[in-house]
Formats: sequence, C-alpha cells, structure tokens
Amino acid sequence: MSPHPASENSGIWKTLFGRLDWSAFPIHEPILIGTFAMVVLGGGALLAVITKYRLWGWLWRDWFTTVDHKRIGIMYMILGLVMFLRGFADAIMMRLQQAMAFNGSEGYLNAHHYDQIFTAHGVIMIFFVAMPMITGLMNYMIPLQIGARDVSFPFLNNFSFWMTTAGAVITMMSLFVGEFARTGWLAYPPLSGIAYSPGVGVDYYIWGLQIAGIGTLLSGINLIATIVKMRAPGMSMMKLPIFVWTSLCANILIVAAFPVLTAVLGLLSLDRYVGTAFFTNDMGGNPMMYVNLIWIWGHPEVYILILPLFGVFSEVTSTFCSKRLFGYASMVYATAVITILSYLVWLHHFFTMGSGASVNSFFGITTMVISIPTGAKIFNWLFTMYRGRIRFELPMMWTIAFMLTFVIGGMTGVLLAVPPADFVLHNSLFLIAHFHNVIIGGVLFGLFAAINYWWPKAFGFKLDKKWGVRSFWLWVVGFWMAFMPLYILGLMGVTRRMRVFDDPSLQIWFQIAALGAFMIAAGIACMFIQFYVSIRNREALKDTTGDPWDGRTLEWATSSPPPDYNFAFTPVAHDGDAWADMKKRGYQRPTSGFTSIHMPSNTATGIILSALSVSFSVGMIWYMWWLAGLSFLGILAVAIGHTFNYKRDFYIPEEEVVRIENARTAQLAQLAGK
Amino acid sequence: MSAHQDMHHGHQAGHHDDAHDHGSYGSYMIGFALSVILTAIPFWLVMGEVLSPATTGFIIVAFAAVQIVVHMIFFLHMNTRSEGGWTFMALIFTVVIVVITLAGSMWVMHHLNTNMMPHGDAGMVHEMSQMP
Amino acid sequence: MATQAPNPYLDAQGRPLYHLAEEPHHPEGSSTSLGFWMYLMSDCLIFACLFATYAVLSGSFAAGPGPRDLFDLNLVALNTAMLLFSSITYGFAMLASAKGRVGGTIGWLGVTGLFGLAFLGIELYEFAHLIHEGATPMRSGFLSAFFALVGTHGLHVTFGLIWLVVLMVQLRMKGLIPANMRRLMCLSMFWHFLDVIWIGVFTFVYLMGMLQ
Repeated sequence: MSPHPASENSGIWKTLFGRLDWSAFPIHEPILIGTFAMVVLGGGALLAVITKYRLWGWLWRDWFTTVDHKRIGIMYMILGLVMFLRGFADAIMMRLQQAMAFNGSEGYLNAHHYDQIFTAHGVIMIFFVAMPMITGLMNYMIPLQIGARDVSFPFLNNFSFWMTTAGAVITMMSLFVGEFARTGWLAYPPLSGIAYSPGVGVDYYIWGLQIAGIGTLLSGINLIATIVKMRAPGMSMMKLPIFVWTSLCANILIVAAFPVLTAVLGLLSLDRYVGTAFFTNDMGGNPMMYVNLIWIWGHPEVYILILPLFGVFSEVTSTFCSKRLFGYASMVYATAVITILSYLVWLHHFFTMGSGASVNSFFGITTMVISIPTGAKIFNWLFTMYRGRIRFELPMMWTIAFMLTFVIGGMTGVLLAVPPADFVLHNSLFLIAHFHNVIIGGVLFGLFAAINYWWPKAFGFKLDKKWGVRSFWLWVVGFWMAFMPLYILGLMGVTRRMRVFDDPSLQIWFQIAALGAFMIAAGIACMFIQFYVSIRNREALKDTTGDPWDGRTLEWATSSPPPDYNFAFTPVAHDGDAWADMKKRGYQRPTSGFTSIHMPSNTATGIILSALSVSFSVGMIWYMWWLAGLSFLGILAVAIGHTFNYKRDFYIPEEEVVRIENARTAQLAQLAGK
Repeated sequence: MSAHQDMHHGHQAGHHDDAHDHGSYGSYMIGFALSVILTAIPFWLVMGEVLSPATTGFIIVAFAAVQIVVHMIFFLHMNTRSEGGWTFMALIFTVVIVVITLAGSMWVMHHLNTNMMPHGDAGMVHEMSQMP
Repeated sequence: MATQAPNPYLDAQGRPLYHLAEEPHHPEGSSTSLGFWMYLMSDCLIFACLFATYAVLSGSFAAGPGPRDLFDLNLVALNTAMLLFSSITYGFAMLASAKGRVGGTIGWLGVTGLFGLAFLGIELYEFAHLIHEGATPMRSGFLSAFFALVGTHGLHVTFGLIWLVVLMVQLRMKGLIPANMRRLMCLSMFWHFLDVIWIGVFTFVYLMGMLQ
C-alpha cells in the first residue's frame, strides 16, 4: 500500500497542477527535511557568495555559455563530483540499514524509502557520475591530444552538457517533490508499469534519463566526428594516442547503444501515458522484451564506461614508466574486438529468465571470450612496466590498484558467465560485489588516476600528494573491506536489495561491509581535502612547464592551462607519442609569425533549451499538460530560432595571440634560466 | 585566411572537395524506375495472392533489400570513398548491429516465449478471423 | 631517397617539420556531413528496436483484430507512391541547388513538402479509421507495436516537413550559401533515409502482415 495516495486535485487545480498536491512534499520525513535544510543553506550560501563578488556575469560569459571544450570538460567533472556525493550518501544509508536490520529490528528505513535509495544510487552513479566524468575527460583531452582547437561541433558540446545537467536536476528534484522510482536502476516492468507504479517515481526516472540520453548521444556523435576529421597533419589512425582510440570506440558504442535506451524508455512511457501493451502482463504485452532490449543497451554501456579509462591507464603507465606502450597495435585491435563483442553478450544479464540451454550456452561462451582481449591489455600494461623506470606518483598508484582490483572483479565475472553458476548467483550479493569490483576498480580508480594526472594541465598546479596518498589507501582498503563480505554473503545465497534479514549469523559480514563503507567515506573526504589544500597551496604546487610528468602526448606541448585556442600553430605528428617524439628530436617552439585565430562564439541556446527540457519533463511527470505543451513549443521555437543565427564565430585578433604566446615564451625562458 | 577560403567554397556551390556526389537527372530517374518496379511487384504478389505465402515472403524481403540498396546508391549517393571511407564503414557497422539486434531479439524472445509464456507460442489461435 | 612523392612533413633537408607553412584548415561545417550521417545511423537503431518489438509482438492480438482485418493495401500503395515521389522531387531540388538555382530549389522543395503532407494525411486517415474500428494502440501488443513503429516514422516525416519549411524560408532569405547547402544535404539524407525505413515498414508490417 503506497503511503502516498493518488492526487485528489479536481477542476481548475487539476488543470493547473496536474497530480501535484501538498502530499508531494515530504514534510513527514526527517531525513529529507534535514537534507533539504542543508541544500537550502549550502546552496543559498553559494548563491550569496556569487552575488556578493559579482560573479554572475563572469559565470554566464566564461562558463555557462562557453563552447570551449576545456571549460565544458571541467563543468562535466564538477557535475560528476557533486552527484557523486549524493550517490555515495545513498550507499552509506544502505550499508547502515543492512548492518542494523537483524534480530527483529527493521532498521531506520522503511521499504518505501529503501527501494528509492537503491534505485537512485544506481541511476545516479551510472548516469550522473560515471558518464559525465568520463565525458568530461574525453572532452578536455581529445582535442588537445589530436592537436585540434576544439571539437567538431562546439555548440552541440555546450548543449550536451546542459542536457546532462538537466537530467541530473530532474532526478534530484524527486528528492523533495514527489518520489523517485522504487524499481531498481533499470526499472523492469511490470513493476515499472502504470498499474504497479502509478506514482511519479518512474516518470522522474524516465524523463531524467531521456533528457540526459539526448546529451550523451550528441556528445558521442561530436567526439567521433572530432577524432575522424580534426586530427593534426601526420596523425594517422595508428599514431593516435591510445586514450583517443579507446575513446573513439567508447563513443561508437554510445552512438550504437543509446538509441536502444531511448526506444525502450519511450515504449515504457507509452505504456504509462497512453495505455499501450508493450510490456504489460495482459493484452498481448511481453515484459521480457523490455529486459531483452534494456540489456542490449546495458551491456555496451558498461564498456562505454570502462574503455576510456583503459585508455587512461595506458597513458599513465607509459608516462610513469618513461616507456612507449607495449604492443600498441594489439591494444587497438583488442579495443576494437571488445567493441564488437560487447554486442554479443547481453543475455548474460538474464540467464535465469528462461531462454533455455542453447541460448544460454551461446551467450555464456561469448561472455567468456570477451574477457580475453581485456586480459591481453593487462599483459600489455605489465610488459610496459617491465624494465621501465617506474615513478610511483598518484596516477601510477591508482593504476596498479586498478590492475589488482579489476582483474579479480573480472574473474568473478567469468565465473558468473557460466550459466549453471549464474543460476545460483544471479541477483545475489555476489553479483553486486562483482560489478562494484569492476566499476570501482576500473572506472573509479581510473577517474582518480586521470584527475591526478591531468589536473596540472587543466589548472597549472599539481594536486597535493600527501592527501592524495591518504585518500588512495583509505579507498583501496575500504573498498576491499566493503565488498569482500558481499562476495561471501552472495556465495551463501543472500539476495540483493534486501532491507531486513532473518539470519543473525549474517550480520557480522554486513557490519564489516559498513565499516569498509565508512573507510571509503574517509577516503572521499581526503580527496576533497586534497582539492582544497592544493588550491590553497597552488603557488607552491605550481607548474609552469606545462609538462610536469615528462608526458608523451600532445596535450603536454601546451601551457598549463592551455590558451583558449590550444595551439597557436597546429602541430605535425611524425610518430605515435608525438610529444615524446618532438622532445627527442629537439623540437623548438616557434616564437613568431602568429596570426589571428578563428574561434566559435558563445551560445545561450544550450542552457535555454535544457531549462525548457526540465520544465517539459516536470509537466509530463506531474500531468501538467499545459506546461509540457508550452515547453515543447518553446523548445521548437528556440531551436528553430537558433538556426536563423548564421554568425556564430569570431577571430581572436593577432595582437592577442602574440601577447599570449609571448607570455608563454617568457615563462619558458624563465624556467630555462633557473 | 580561413574566411578567404570560405568565400571560394561559396562560389563553387555544390562542388565541395570530398563531399557527396549530387548525382544527375539520369541517375535519379533510374533509381526511381527501379524503385517503382521493386515496389509494384511485391504489392502485386501479395494483393493478387499469386504465389504461396512462404515464397512470396521470401521474394518481397529480397526485393526490399535490393530496393534499399537502390535508394542508397541512387538517392543517397552512397559510395566507399566519401569521408575517407568512414561513411561506408559507419553504415556497415550499423547494419551489423541492426542485424544482431533484430536476429538476436527474435531468437532470444522466441525461446523465452516458448519456455515461459502461459500458452507457449504453438497452436494457440489468436486471430479474430479464425475464432470459431 | 627513392622516387617517392615528397613527404609534406619534411623540409627541403629532410628534417621533420613540426608546423606547416600554411595552417591546416578545417572549413566551417567540414564535419557536418559525417556528424549528420552518424545521427542517422543512431536513428536507424531506434527503428531497429521498434522493428524488433514489432517482430516479437506481431502475433499478440489479444483476441483482437489482426493485419488481415485491418490493412488496406490500396491505401498503403498510394502512401508508398507519395513518399517515393517526394524522394525524387527532393532529388530534383538538390540538382537545382547544384546548378545554383534558388528559385528552382525552393520550388521543388515545396513539391516535396506537398507529397510529404499527402503521405501524412493518408496515414492519419488510416490511423483514424483504425481507431474508429476499435483497433486502438491500447487494444493489443500487436497494435501497440504497429502504431509505435509506423507512428514514429510518421513523426519523423512531420519533423522533416517542419525542417523543410524552415529551410525554404532560409533559402529565400540567404540563398544558396554554404551553410544552407549543408542543410539541404542533411535534409536530403534525412528524407531519403525515411524512405528507406518505409521500405522496411511496408514490407515487414503491411505486406508480410497480409501473408500471415
């Protein structure tokens, strides 16, 4: 029985407010009231500071309407880090609940809440933490690494960022107005259908993902076009930095997989809004088709998450071992094979749904095969390290932690790939442990490596190593403490998403896991302290060389941060590891002959369209049809109006380029003089 | 420098380097004629109930595939050279994924339906026209 | 050195050049064709999902009407002809634009739009008739899948027509400038792609439906 009755609006109120009424505001939920208070206080303080220092103009001009891939990349990272705090809060709440709910105790979360928490945790971590942060990395680094000035479609880049943010805003709204889905992060029907989830939760889920999904798809198209069309002269495909290769494959997967998510969620919303029979129990519907389609998207999605980070590990290993990456060609082929094979394994997510032995065997075998190219990559990294001069800076530390952690997670994946084993382990805590093992060990450790590696490029100073090391150890030890018990519990048969437990002998494992989660929390705190301390000590941590790690790829050829136009003269690449090659051959940076540079102009259309997308979604979620209709017309009008603007570029004047480049020349001369 | 070159592009409207071909009146008419034939025959086969359903089914699918290729060549000016071969590669990749999605879904769902749906998928009459 | 083409990245003495004398130039809009093609490939996949859903649900009549009870192949043939004609007239618009004739381009676009409107009109008439007969999208899985697939194609045609009208206005305003030529090319790809999808629709939905 839902504690939130259907709206009782009628007449004019129903037309105006749809099903939004006072019961949508969770005034009886102390945790939410507390959270809301914190958000109001914190958010209010932030707005006050911005207003006091008159930063709104600067924010609008330099950040919100920018089409510069570097600033958009930074905004993506900030979005991901902020949402990470929400997603992790959900995790801590779950660990606490599960550690407490034994011996008759119901814990402190009722089912209505608990179910929303595990759903939101998954949705936020995948769509609003991992995806934005990966997109942010790719956005910042790809144009620099290929010697370009920006991505192929700078306006679309801005639009993609704001659409992702809009999706996050819609999802976060559900915390304070209405509720979120209680279906798990993939919202299987019939539970997510209108009959069993009549409230707003699943609608928040659908619209949050559909809006963000548009942003992701356009970003995928943008980056593929950039890599194909905007490479520096001499940079053939087999001379690309390996990060660019893995990003290319990830973006191909985005373009090939996200439409499936769009279609499936579209069909689910038709079921909910119109009463169609795609995934219903009756009238000829087939809920299993939803599971089939959503995983056709879902499996490539996890490869979208990991492939760019494999690229990061390759770059980091090569740089911090001062050695060319071992087996570059085989890395490229392995990545391509993973890309194709990721489309042939999706059924392993539902072996137990009943497709039978022949189907299960086929997909079990393909799943085992796909681990082979990944194994090849691990060997290549190890061979790169062999006889290299390894420097244990933070990016390298995270990489080694990844190699140990991810390999174990991958092995449990191969175990799950065996259908008879999966019949025991499907949807158990073993599965939870496996995917957190590979996502945290692979994606998250990779993101931390990338942040530590590329932060100096983006901001001109390094991150504090001491706090970074503290964060590292707390994360690594905390992760194992949090998830090893889950492997054990899963093997003992404990199901996922449980709120209360009968068997008291299990409690100790949950308590250890909760302890691990708190260790991770401390690790996260250390990371934010690391950011704070580094910013405070930025003068001491400064790097003016632009190349603090003795890097090998073209981004290190620029100043830190790079000028708006990245390169005054487009570099020519003669070899893979172009910058290492240039340094070896005694490259001299040109100090004269600069000309004006053609650049794309800022745009407000992206943020406006995204804001209208939010109001459209609110209208659809709450059945405020006038709002949805007006917003949709507004979107059409603004989009069409935007196409009548043909003047979207400008030139950085020659004097400005000369001034910037001369400053750089002086900076480098000062270093040489030291 | 770049503005100057943009103006050159403008004067040569329609003749960009490495852009799509624009075809000619003749090639559009050939494509059109082929499409008409490849559409009319399947419609005739089905409406006239000329051959057995299985044979007809096979033929109309084959004709659809051919007509899609005709559209690709004569209307979309698909060729292996455009954009350095990337357009064609993208198309091949998409076709592979589409085939996997369609064939894979049909195979998987057929098995799931047989094993898991209440009446399986064999023998049950569902068409109104065949109800007693 | 042997008799090869001179390496543009080496100078006269064979030393590597790190910057070219003339900055490599990415003309504005040089990525547009490829980018739009990628978008079309992603659209293909949306339709693939809708076709797959139709394939799975095409026999789920829920004791309701099936294709033989509902489809009027004469109407479908007429519809198909309208769309095919609109494809050829768009081709004529492209040929006119290649010859630099703005008026001809706008004219043929207008004719294309009329054929497109005819297509939509016939399709809406068909839908209205089905709904009137009780064959609503809610009636059965088969009908849900039918309306989703054919309806999504119709929605794409609708957006294409809006785009077409906007482009006609922009051609009137600015003529055949490079930006408008790119837009014509993109709409051309979009329009022909919709005809390709329709080949799949009339074959697998209408013709195969009648063969069951």
